[in-house]
Amino acid sequence: MSILVGKHTRLLVQGITGREGEFHTKQMIEYGTHVVGGTTPGKGGEWAAGVPVFDSVKEAVDATDANASIIYVPARFAPDAIYEAADAGLKLIVCITEGVPVLDMIRVRAYLDQKKVRLIGPNCPGLITPGEAKVGIIPGHICTPGGIGIVARSGTLTYEVIYALSNRGMGQSTCVGIGGDPINGTNFIDVLQMFEDDPLTDQVVLIGEIGGSDEERAAEFIAARMSKPVTAFIAGRTAPAGKRMGHAGAIIEGGAGTAAGKIAAFEAVGVRVAQHPEEIPDLVAYAAR
Amino acid sequence: MKLHEYQSKQMFAKYGIPIPRGEVATRPEDARRIASELGKRVVIKAQVLVGGRGKAGGVKLANNPDEAERVTSQILGMDIKGLTVHKVLVDEAADIKQEIYLAVTLDRVQRRVIMIASAAGGMDIEEVARTAPEKIIRVAIDPFLGLREYQTRQIAYAIGLDRSLVKDFNTIAQGLYQCFIDVDGSLAEINPLIVNGAGKLQAVDGKILTDDNALFRHGDMAVLRDVDEEAPSETEARQRGLSYIKLDGEIGCMVNGAGLAMATMDMTQLFGGSPANFLDIGGGAQADKVAAALRLILADPNVKAVLFNIFGGITRCDEVARGIVAALEEVKPHVPMVARLVGTNEEEGRQILAAAKMETAKTLAEAAQKAVAAVKGEAAVVKLPPVSLKPLKYARITIGPKKAAKKPIDRSKAKAQPPAMKSKPAASKSKTKSKAKKK
Repeated sequence: MSILVGKHTRLLVQGITGREGEFHTKQMIEYGTHVVGGTTPGKGGEWAAGVPVFDSVKEAVDATDANASIIYVPARFAPDAIYEAADAGLKLIVCITEGVPVLDMIRVRAYLDQKKVRLIGPNCPGLITPGEAKVGIIPGHICTPGGIGIVARSGTLTYEVIYALSNRGMGQSTCVGIGGDPINGTNFIDVLQMFEDDPLTDQVVLIGEIGGSDEERAAEFIAARMSKPVTAFIAGRTAPAGKRMGHAGAIIEGGAGTAAGKIAAFEAVGVRVAQHPEEIPDLVAYAAR
Repeated sequence: MKLHEYQSKQMFAKYGIPIPRGEVATRPEDARRIASELGKRVVIKAQVLVGGRGKAGGVKLANNPDEAERVTSQILGMDIKGLTVHKVLVDEAADIKQEIYLAVTLDRVQRRVIMIASAAGGMDIEEVARTAPEKIIRVAIDPFLGLREYQTRQIAYAIGLDRSLVKDFNTIAQGLYQCFIDVDGSLAEINPLIVNGAGKLQAVDGKILTDDNALFRHGDMAVLRDVDEEAPSETEARQRGLSYIKLDGEIGCMVNGAGLAMATMDMTQLFGGSPANFLDIGGGAQADKVAAALRLILADPNVKAVLFNIFGGITRCDEVARGIVAALEEVKPHVPMVARLVGTNEEEGRQILAAAKMETAKTLAEAAQKAVAAVKGEAAVVKLPPVSLKPLKYARITIGPKKAAKKPIDRSKAKAQPPAMKSKPAASKSKTKSKAKKK
């Protein structure tokens, strides 16, 4: 079943009547995702993208048996949307929204950890299990079913890598965008563990960037726990220190979090790091031998 | 957003943190007046949003109002790391008996707000972290409990504060934490927090950084932003909702998505060029936003070519293409442009660009090579060597056995329990270890 999402996913869209929410709901349905409904407070009883709209997540879950939710609401409402989904009993929440304040995310994450709820994002493109389900905004037509697991901190850079792999006939098991914020629901290690345990994943491509130490910890984890090969790419070799490169989490602080440091951490445990995204298929082909 | 020292200290004062008497001056004669009102030795401090101003000569003592005026005239207009000094803070000079470092910030690994303290105050904390990490105390704060008094006592004892000051220290630490939370801080720092001649604690320097993502709930704080301290292009980008950082190269980059923008910058360098900027037009970019982005890039005189790399997801390629065309009509660019659009509605996007007679590329590598060739000529484009598949030299044993021996992979358990829960303690422990080693 690959990881996290697939044929079993019964998806609820929070913020379904918004511009992006409705557009991407249509795209997800077109891809074959089982979207069972959506929510927008005050618009219960209406229809959007061909599915019923509810006032609250609880109502929607009761009516549709949804088992996952995706959030397209503006940043100031996103924490509330996440809490609402968690309290309605959903165990997988994907938050696309960019710009959620980091102090909100600290509380969100602490709350979800208590409830054992898995959050992907925020500030992420979501995830896709090619041929089964797309939960988020990753363009479906560039993906191919296969055995490569992809985990990445950025959105469009992930598409770049998927595109390069698909063009060479290398399919993906699941592609997970964990998001570019300093505090997110799921980190590299969580997803690496899932790929390690997933029989349909043969090897993993990890796409990191400057800032924080998630890549360094992933390298330690790979050395200690992974039997499947991992190939990496790190964005931001030319990024200056002390500047936030778009993503709230992409900043070199006090000399820590540089691309060079992350590349060295991976190479020190035998993980190959591509010089540029289009080189990744060659490294993947090598690792598959 | 960064706040000046004087803004930060005024903010601290609202939370019951004692600060020296003082006032901001923008003219030497104001500094004279303030110094005479204070009636004692003063310290004149340049207000610029960059560290290391002391070493750069931006902080000076003055014994009397005459000296205050003279020193201020020297400091105003001074260039400190590329920023011009427009204001000074005139504070009464402190009699320093002990210097402490105290800050509240985020710990990304622990996913907590933490309080950091050190008995080695007055120094660059990163320097202390490198040379004497054991002198730094870190206390994680539970988001639902807040900072507890036992924690501030623990910090006070750990930094060797006199017991008579523990109560006052608690007030200051609680104030600093509350201030951090209330402004949605990413850093609230007192360095140094001093024990003065009268044996009292006082914050003589302060710094606040806030989370720009939280500005929507701090309408009152927007006035605190000092636009003099930003590059004008960065101010405009911020107002347009674009993420732009000026760099020194000659290839302007317009990309959607921060990670891809960085990868595109890296790519121009890989092929022998250099990026003129980081620019992320963000998700769902509209035509007018793209046009504004293009104007920003072209306003930089160093730009000799522009590379567009748009991979559509939430951003639709036809919208971007229309934006590019609208901007081209308006701006009349004087440099070559290379565009690459892939993803949602890519066909429509490419057709629109082709009609506008733009150079297009199918892959990022091709686009980067065309941009470098446009700037430096075909000959200057670096030919990448084929991917090296030589075995890497590495020691597989480094961290593996110890951890694996402690916690063998139990797959049945792994399924019942999300891996995040299991890996957390191990991960945070190894983080502190590796940090300590590095520093």
